[in-house]
Amino acid sequence: MTTMVSDFEASMRKREPRAEDLIQGQTGDWEVILGLEVHAQITSKAKLFSGSSTKFGAEQNSQVSFVDAAMPGMLPVINRFCVEQAIRTGLGLKAKINLRSVFDRKNYFYPDLPQGYQISQYKHPIVGEGEIVLDMKDDRTVIVGVERLHLEQDAGKSLHDQHPAMSFVDLNRSGVALMEIVSKPDMRSADEAKAYVNKLRTILRYLGTCDGNMEEGSLRADVNVSVRKVGAPLGTRCEIKNVNSIRFIGLAIEHEARRQIEILEEGGKIDQETRLFDPKTGETRSMRSKEEAHDYRYFPDPDLLPLEFTQAWVDEIASSLPELPDDKKARLISEYGLTHYDATVLIGEGARADYFEAVAKGRDAKLAANWVTGELFGALNREGHSIEETPVTSKQLGELIDLISDGTISGRIAKDVFDSMYKTGRDPAKIVEEEGLQQVTDFGEIEAAIDAVIAANPDKVEQTKVKPQLAGWFVGQVMKSTSGKANPRVVNEILARKLGLSSDD
Amino acid sequence: MSDLTKLTLAAARDALKKKEITSSELTGAYLKEMADGGALNAYVTPTVEKAEEMAKASDAKLQKGEGGALEGIPLGIKDLFCTKDVRTTAGSHILEGFEPPYESTVTANLWRDGAVMLGKLNNDEFAMGSSNETSFYGPVVNPWRRKGSDARLVPGGSSGGSSAAVAARLCLGATATDTGGSIRQPAAFTGTVGLKPTYGRCSRWGIVAFASSLDQAGPIARDVRDAAILLGSMAGHDEKDTTSVDRPVPDYEAALGQGIKGLSVGIPKEYRVEGMPKEIDDLWTRGIEWLKAAGATVKEVSLPHTKYALPTYYIVAPAECSSNLARYDGVRYGLRVEGRDVTEMYEKTRAEGFGAEVRRRVLMGTYVLSAGYYDAYYLKAQKVRTLIARDFAEAFSEVDVLLTPTAPSAAFAIGAKSDDPLSMYLNDVFTVTVNLAGLPGISVPAGLSAEGLPLGLQLIGRTFDEETLLRAAYAIEQAAGFTAEPEAWWRA
Repeated sequence: MTTMVSDFEASMRKREPRAEDLIQGQTGDWEVILGLEVHAQITSKAKLFSGSSTKFGAEQNSQVSFVDAAMPGMLPVINRFCVEQAIRTGLGLKAKINLRSVFDRKNYFYPDLPQGYQISQYKHPIVGEGEIVLDMKDDRTVIVGVERLHLEQDAGKSLHDQHPAMSFVDLNRSGVALMEIVSKPDMRSADEAKAYVNKLRTILRYLGTCDGNMEEGSLRADVNVSVRKVGAPLGTRCEIKNVNSIRFIGLAIEHEARRQIEILEEGGKIDQETRLFDPKTGETRSMRSKEEAHDYRYFPDPDLLPLEFTQAWVDEIASSLPELPDDKKARLISEYGLTHYDATVLIGEGARADYFEAVAKGRDAKLAANWVTGELFGALNREGHSIEETPVTSKQLGELIDLISDGTISGRIAKDVFDSMYKTGRDPAKIVEEEGLQQVTDFGEIEAAIDAVIAANPDKVEQTKVKPQLAGWFVGQVMKSTSGKANPRVVNEILARKLGLSSDD
Repeated sequence: MSDLTKLTLAAARDALKKKEITSSELTGAYLKEMADGGALNAYVTPTVEKAEEMAKASDAKLQKGEGGALEGIPLGIKDLFCTKDVRTTAGSHILEGFEPPYESTVTANLWRDGAVMLGKLNNDEFAMGSSNETSFYGPVVNPWRRKGSDARLVPGGSSGGSSAAVAARLCLGATATDTGGSIRQPAAFTGTVGLKPTYGRCSRWGIVAFASSLDQAGPIARDVRDAAILLGSMAGHDEKDTTSVDRPVPDYEAALGQGIKGLSVGIPKEYRVEGMPKEIDDLWTRGIEWLKAAGATVKEVSLPHTKYALPTYYIVAPAECSSNLARYDGVRYGLRVEGRDVTEMYEKTRAEGFGAEVRRRVLMGTYVLSAGYYDAYYLKAQKVRTLIARDFAEAFSEVDVLLTPTAPSAAFAIGAKSDDPLSMYLNDVFTVTVNLAGLPGISVPAGLSAEGLPLGLQLIGRTFDEETLLRAAYAIEQAAGFTAEPEAWWRA
């Protein structure tokens, strides 16, 4: 789908350019204007117009019906569940649901397109305008408009590496349902574009309408890039096709924006064209020019009646929607007093937020947030585990926090316990008990340890009288001699008394 | 000609049920006629063994007093219907060697009801033509000849194999399809009855597509009753075709006896086109008199957008065909002509695989859908199509059926119009409107031309009111008393 530049300009959100988003050129600052078309594979057992399986990784051409292979006389029949998924997604994007939409044929020849046309939606998509709120790193939010969402078929796959002189075609993917989600040209930096794909992916995963797996091609993005001098009219845009990771989206945009700026600063002009991003070189290269652009000869598919459904069905789907990321974020902030940052980190995946809530229930929410986003997520990232694969259950992490709160162990010891939990999956109480990690609060024991340190360091005692800050050194020595098990509060109290300092210092 | 092939479908059915004849005898008689009728080129693929097996199976059922509505009835199948494991060509070279691994819904319905398949009938390539001259497998020859002439005439198209085979008694009835008149015009040219049902009455699943919004399957039969019986088996809702309509299939045969007393018949004044031969006009007038005599009231009605129907049709149908035929690319089935690269393979395959008329329509269709022309042609044509449908809706608020001639002339000679596509397209002038509006229409033989060739009258009905249509057609048939038959010159 390609929308005209003029349409874009009319639909753009007014935004004041931010200095940090501008790209410095030889002749001044440039603003980057970005719009994204994301193809999201619908989570569905069957294809959009046939009953064939959509399972990833099956043997080539093993999931191909007569319809998918475009045998003579075969007719498409719409998969009701895919329609429901598109509606669900539209609702998740706070978008207008069109009770009547039309399937069109997009005609072009390619060996992996068996019908010689793709069934898509052109003038009358199933979902109209909506919006996505981006959570930027600096706690800033950016609202990006969604132009439309429409249903369409995926093509098959050409395999060029199987034979020296021939290409093979795998039609397993032919006819799989896609949602094309078109943004308005509302983004102004690679970071915003990346945040957009991230957030869209999160929403789709919350809704269960797309698994968002970019490696398997379940989510692919075409990026429209143009540049302009601040305040100038929109520049000519180039479309970068099929960028298949969020990191590549950022790299492609940065390269493409600089390429365009260089051309313009040297007095050249940008040709409207379709480009490809090469992850090996980090560059974009021309795929086809505007002159070579296909004339797709869209027209309503006469094999399919217009797609019509009732508001009652939409309402029914709406009533079954899960809590969406933005709502969850607002709730986490108000209910648990979390910072925007922590809340944003937690809502990135529904399962992460669920984990947090299970830990935080009836406990100190801030402490819970620190342990979940700090220790746990840190360990998961390090080990390359997903939240679903965590060896530490939310119940166990909660128990660990309880041990800290009731003074059984110190925060420092808790980190060691956590590491052991992560490695072994054992319960924290068990680890603490078996390894004798309980915090020492016995005054006598601690006092003895302090006395030993004081006796061994009379010079330091003298210095501390002049410079009370040196008390910290004694604390460290005591902790060391007790293997960190001494309760720091008790150590401070006794030390202050012995050194003749106020315990408030 | 054996006596068995003289029976109508209804008569043969009754005789089979009464065990007066067997399906094997009946089928054998038709297989012999087929073997003798090669000069007509009606069949592209006779399925002799299959026919014999099916007849035997039917006899076993009939023997036990079992069997469906068409048990043991031998039929010819237009080669546009996909038949499982039986070569299906659509009259095109591009489907070379194609044997579908599936059976079209309409033919499956016929076999479900016990019918016997004699073979696949020739047709214009991808059903594009009005004379059956565009088939890769050569023209079909009309069994009828002009008085005192041995000039070979066309049987009409695109269902020319079906019409010729029914007229020459090479089958008891035949399936056909109608996109712009392809059932009715060949029926008119061969003295047979051709019924194009309402769009959505028969499933399109498994029928090689020409123009999806216009294509509709129907029967070509010996008489109105036979057509009614065949439609009863062919029709029905099919979940695999979302444009097929879910409503019960009535007993069409039962409608015939009901008479037409009080029926209101409309005569569309715009169909009285300039240059229409007098004998066609006279036939039309006779038809009006027959209906009046049978108790109908007749009034003139207006279908003001009729003059735009042909140009509209020749935009919509090629547009859809250009897209429908894109799948014939040499990649997965049918003909492939190798090239240096995939583009050249496409070009060579499609250049060699498609005949001139198909290429012409693909080009026209591609043109009218192209950027910059879409609004002027395709979109405008769709708007006119809506107006044409509205004309009919208004007419049907006043009358029950419409009566018109089926075609502007009798059958013409092979080759007479093949260099002049426009004059060929004019053959559809009375029939395309019905497809554009999705209505049912029927052609009934009503008399002979001065040259001794059959002429047909067309009745047009309300959507899904095939019963009234058949009732009126039966009245015309009764009044016309058309009993003429072609001389069997082809039997040599």
